[in-house]
Amino acid sequence: MKKHLIAAVMSSAMLAPMFVANTASAADYVIDTQGAHAFIQFKVSHLGYSFVMGRFNDFSGDFSFDASKMDQASINVDINTDSVDSNHAERDKHLRSPDFLNTAKFPKASFKSTSVEDKGDGKFVVNGDFTFNGVTKPLAIDAVMIGEGDDPWGGYRAGFTGTTHFAMKDYGIKMDLGPASANVELELVVEGIKK
Amino acid sequence: MLNNSSTEYGLITIFIHWISALAVLSLFALGFWMVDLTYYSSWYKTAPDIHKSVGILLLFLTTIRLLWRFWATMPAPMPTHQQWEHQSARWAHRIIYVLMLAIMVSGILISTADGRGIWVFDWFQFPAVGELFDDQADIAGAFHQYAAYSLIGLVFIHAAGALKHHFIDKDSTLTRMLRVKR
Repeated sequence: MKKHLIAAVMSSAMLAPMFVANTASAADYVIDTQGAHAFIQFKVSHLGYSFVMGRFNDFSGDFSFDASKMDQASINVDINTDSVDSNHAERDKHLRSPDFLNTAKFPKASFKSTSVEDKGDGKFVVNGDFTFNGVTKPLAIDAVMIGEGDDPWGGYRAGFTGTTHFAMKDYGIKMDLGPASANVELELVVEGIKK
Repeated sequence: MLNNSSTEYGLITIFIHWISALAVLSLFALGFWMVDLTYYSSWYKTAPDIHKSVGILLLFLTTIRLLWRFWATMPAPMPTHQQWEHQSARWAHRIIYVLMLAIMVSGILISTADGRGIWVFDWFQFPAVGELFDDQADIAGAFHQYAAYSLIGLVFIHAAGALKHHFIDKDSTLTRMLRVKR
């Protein structure tokens, strides 16, 4: 009987920090752009027959979340738009020009979350303000939690994917690629290392 | 007939001069026009392809032209012209050659920054030089544009000078570049 009591006290003493950890405030993460474990890819229809895909190579950001309180999570990302890369020097030059991204005038794009809706089952929607080509508009990203845990090198990581889309015209992009190519789809992979 | 003499231009020099003049003016007009084409214009892809192909061919012709210039006899400047006219004409010609080469090289640097070569009318591919410096396509692009404006400015002065000598001075500056004396 005494033994059981001791065991109960000991086990609850050992388990207690785990419950405390679970109810603690959300942890902060820096997006692992240093190790390139994060991607901002875009996809635009080409003539309605196919797609052009590309990415922004240079960006940075951080996020804060707790898997049990997803609606309190937040994320900020800054993108250097002149790092646009569609694997074609002439097209990238055109993308940087005032016809598209106007990178000389607007070198930065950013996304700042304003609220997160937990949809359950690891799915959630991140609402935020997206600033692109000098225009700021609300944008919702459909996100999925992929996983979190210790990495083999002594750190702690968490990762998500996200998708969203917007009309180029809404962000003042001048070039008209035709009705089939009016929208940009964004595919995001965000892996963070706990600070 | 083919070769220059000390007073007259031969057929080879005259031919290269006028082919180059036609190419430079056409390339400028085509380049100026094509950059504002809409995506669904049937010329959106074709015009840059022609521009690049003609540009590469002009680079070959200009290389031959410069070699020819050093190798062949060049007619002396018109004796009726002033010394300052000889000097300014000489420098205008030198700067025209330098600008032409610089424009063609910068054009190649725009298109081949990603390691893709330039197809010349589906005949052959001019090899890529790759990315030699950061932001190569943008820097070379801005240079290409302003150097082309400068060249056209000089071409205008060059042509105005030729017309002035023809119509006002009534000398053979222009006609000796137009016809071959036997």
